[in-house]
Amino acid sequence: MPKPDSLQGSLDLLVLKILSRRPRLHGYAIMSAIKDWSGEVLRAEEGTLYPALHRMEEAGWIQAEWITKETGRRARIYQLTAAGKKQLATEESRWQAVTAAVSRVLRTV
Amino acid sequence: MSLWTRVGNVFQGRNLSREIDEELQSHIDEAIAEGRDPVEARRAFGSVPWLREESRDAKLIPWLDSLRADAIFGWRQLMKRKVASAAAILSLALAIGACTSAFRLIDALLLRPLPVANAGQLYALSREVIGFDGKLVSWDGWAYPDFLLMRAAVKGQAALMAVSYAERLDLTYKAEQEMEKGWVQYVSGEMFSSFELRPAVGRLLSESDDVKPGGHPYAVISYDYWTRRFAQDKKVVGRTFRLGDRLFEIVGVGPEGFNGTETGTVTDIFLPVMMHDGVLKDDWQWHRTLARIAPGVALKPLRARLDATSRAFERERAKSLTGISKEILEKMLAQTLVLETAAAGASGLQRDYRTSLIALGVLVALVLLIACANVANLMTALAAARAREMALRVSIGAGRWRLVQLVLVEGAILAFLAAAIGAVFAWWSAPFVVSMINPPDNPARLSLPADWRVLGFGLALTVGVMLFLGLMPALRASAVKPVSALKGGDDPHARRRSMHALIALQTAFCFLALFVAGLFVTTFERLSNRPTGFSAERVLTLETIAARPQPAAVWDQVAEHLRAVPGVEKVGLANMVLLSGGSWNNSILINGAPSNGVLAYLLQVSPGWREALRIPLIGGRDFRAGDVYPGVAIVNKTFAKVYFNGEDPIGRRFEVVFSAGQRVGFEAVGLVGDVAYRNMRDPIYPQAYFPFYSVDAKGASLPIGEGTFIVRTSITNPLALASLLRREVPNARPEFRVSGIRTQTEINESHTIRERLLARLAFFFGAVALLLAGVGLYGVLDYSVLQRRREIGIRMAIGAPASDIVWRVTLEVFSMVLAGALVGAALGLASARYIESLLYQVKSTDAEMLALPSITILLAAVLAALPAVIRAVRIDPAKTLRAD
Repeated sequence: MPKPDSLQGSLDLLVLKILSRRPRLHGYAIMSAIKDWSGEVLRAEEGTLYPALHRMEEAGWIQAEWITKETGRRARIYQLTAAGKKQLATEESRWQAVTAAVSRVLRTV
Repeated sequence: MSLWTRVGNVFQGRNLSREIDEELQSHIDEAIAEGRDPVEARRAFGSVPWLREESRDAKLIPWLDSLRADAIFGWRQLMKRKVASAAAILSLALAIGACTSAFRLIDALLLRPLPVANAGQLYALSREVIGFDGKLVSWDGWAYPDFLLMRAAVKGQAALMAVSYAERLDLTYKAEQEMEKGWVQYVSGEMFSSFELRPAVGRLLSESDDVKPGGHPYAVISYDYWTRRFAQDKKVVGRTFRLGDRLFEIVGVGPEGFNGTETGTVTDIFLPVMMHDGVLKDDWQWHRTLARIAPGVALKPLRARLDATSRAFERERAKSLTGISKEILEKMLAQTLVLETAAAGASGLQRDYRTSLIALGVLVALVLLIACANVANLMTALAAARAREMALRVSIGAGRWRLVQLVLVEGAILAFLAAAIGAVFAWWSAPFVVSMINPPDNPARLSLPADWRVLGFGLALTVGVMLFLGLMPALRASAVKPVSALKGGDDPHARRRSMHALIALQTAFCFLALFVAGLFVTTFERLSNRPTGFSAERVLTLETIAARPQPAAVWDQVAEHLRAVPGVEKVGLANMVLLSGGSWNNSILINGAPSNGVLAYLLQVSPGWREALRIPLIGGRDFRAGDVYPGVAIVNKTFAKVYFNGEDPIGRRFEVVFSAGQRVGFEAVGLVGDVAYRNMRDPIYPQAYFPFYSVDAKGASLPIGEGTFIVRTSITNPLALASLLRREVPNARPEFRVSGIRTQTEINESHTIRERLLARLAFFFGAVALLLAGVGLYGVLDYSVLQRRREIGIRMAIGAPASDIVWRVTLEVFSMVLAGALVGAALGLASARYIESLLYQVKSTDAEMLALPSITILLAAVLAALPAVIRAVRIDPAKTLRAD
């Protein structure tokens, strides 16, 4: 069973953002990046990350390829597509709008 | 990812799963490399299969994937029971193929619109009258002068066109000797413009060809004929051919696909109506009348106006008739004009075969339903065996629709496999049936395209079959209650009840099929065994034409020459062959008294004709050389009975009333036995035979242009002499030519073609229905014994006798069979009136007609029940009870 999503629906946004800064990451690196860059506040669970990656790949936002790393292990790395860049912009502005709205509510009450 | 990649992924599921697994594994490896505890890293993933499913669903089309899984599962289920599946598929294939084939025929003959503009507005005019025997008679022939009046009466509201009955005539393109046959149709020139047809080459006929009788010697040939006869040579325009004593010039070729309006015949040559010999005759009804009704014109008032015009014409014409009593005249004139839609054309084939084809269509539909019921029962039985599997699926979370899909897919596999085989069957069988309709020398042609209409029908049928097969078991399977199913079964009788209902249904349909088959077979038997009054074996008929009309002596010379040919026993001449379908009839007056309304059928024959056909001479003498028409006559027994009150007719005189009041007197010199004249179904008519050679009013002999030699041979297969005789006729006199040779047997049998077709096909499908219903019954009984073996075991253990077991096992099923048979009999009696016109001397209420299917079904039921009953009685209680 999946663990409750600690990212409150922002997983897609985070993945897209990370890939826009640092292209060609594999799943484990993306997970680590979320942890590190959020100052260990946010954690993406494996159980949600991979279905999300595959879903976004299916939607055409990111694309994947198999590479062989210097250690000799194969890994599947992801990078943003043109559609993904557009999606990132949309998601970002949506996120801004939501957080702004939430802040407004918090101020008013 | 594109749709196609996703579709592709559905069919490469294993690769997909492996790839996902590999990615997850690489993640875990990465984590371990970073120093995480391997066990902990793996646990962080939760359920790997679940994750894999999630990702898989994203990468492919889930519903297609589940469909694929179900199809594979369904296929495996079918392959597990190869024999049962093959039997199910083959029986369905036969039924689907037969239904598609029947549809192809019905569509081609009755439904498919003609390839002309606004075919839906096309109607055919016919008339109905109560005949002398009290039955409704309908005919669609019209006289051209009547047509002209009607056309004028509805001008502006409907365009009327005259279209003659297509005839297979002799014509020549070059030398006189090279005679060939062609289907010729005389049409109003207006027809082509009214149909908005465009010529492929040259011009078509037009209104300007409808003006002067005998003044438009032009011909348009059909595209089909152009292709067959002239290999699409554009230089065909301008060529001339001789037809009878007229020369015609080809002026154009019709558009592709247009074969005339007589569905079932591909017309080769269209000629203007003005060139027909009957164009001025008011008593020669030689053409159909088609009406293209302008949009927005109401049918009723139009019909009334046409009716009034036609009645007025007939009344006017009747004034010239003499010697007919007023009462009979009124009866003859009480005609009602009928407008029938002719969107699919108008032809004799349609009139003859409409009811037959529909009856056959219903018959094969019954077979399909029986086959479906069989397979549905089979699937229900299998679903019962799979109740636990279904329950398990429900308990691990399968949705209701998912289970419905699972079972439906199995039905779909069966239906589509059957449809594929059935399509091959239909491909072959529809032309086969058409070829059975036509005698070989007279090939009527029906175009049978396999286009979207047929494909659509086949597809709809297949989906229907799939739903019929799958839906019931599917809904039942999906409603399974896991708790009770896994505990060992819910109400086992529910399933049996629906199976029994299907058995009753099957029996009812099977009874109906057998009943109808019995009627058709009996009809064919009675009709083909009906005595004709003459001997047709070893008789050849040679239709012969003389280049110019020849005097009697020359015809005699040819006959004499033929008599000398080895193998020839007797030779006679006639102006028409018995049972060739034509007729010549008129009123008879005795001593100048008004006619009794019964028409006599006439024929001109030479001396030797009677002996060639072995018609017995009862009194008086045969014709001899020197007898001429008018003068003496030979009459048959019925003639003597009808006109001379059964007294000896020899030496008595009578008059024949010809058109326009002309009366001709004859003296009866001979009395012969009754023979069938026009067709096998008609009653025996009063008949009079006149000498073959005629003299005019001044006593001068009239030359004769055509006649038929009736040749009795001494060999069993007279056709072996055909080519020799064909050569010998011009050898005797070079002016003579044989235009057609047929055996008299073949002519006689041509009247039972439809009946033979119906009898054969109905018998075949009746047998198939019986076989399928028997197999179905066997299956259900066998299943129910299997299901009840515990119960039977207990009963036997506590001392029930074998008879009690047999009774219990069969009672329910046999009461269903009985109920089904009763329903079938009721259906049969109710539907018989629709096929009454196809029957001959047999009634649906005849006890034997009902008894035959009843006994057959009973025997089949007993036979089908036997294995199951034996199995039930042989159940060993000790073994059965220990097994559970």
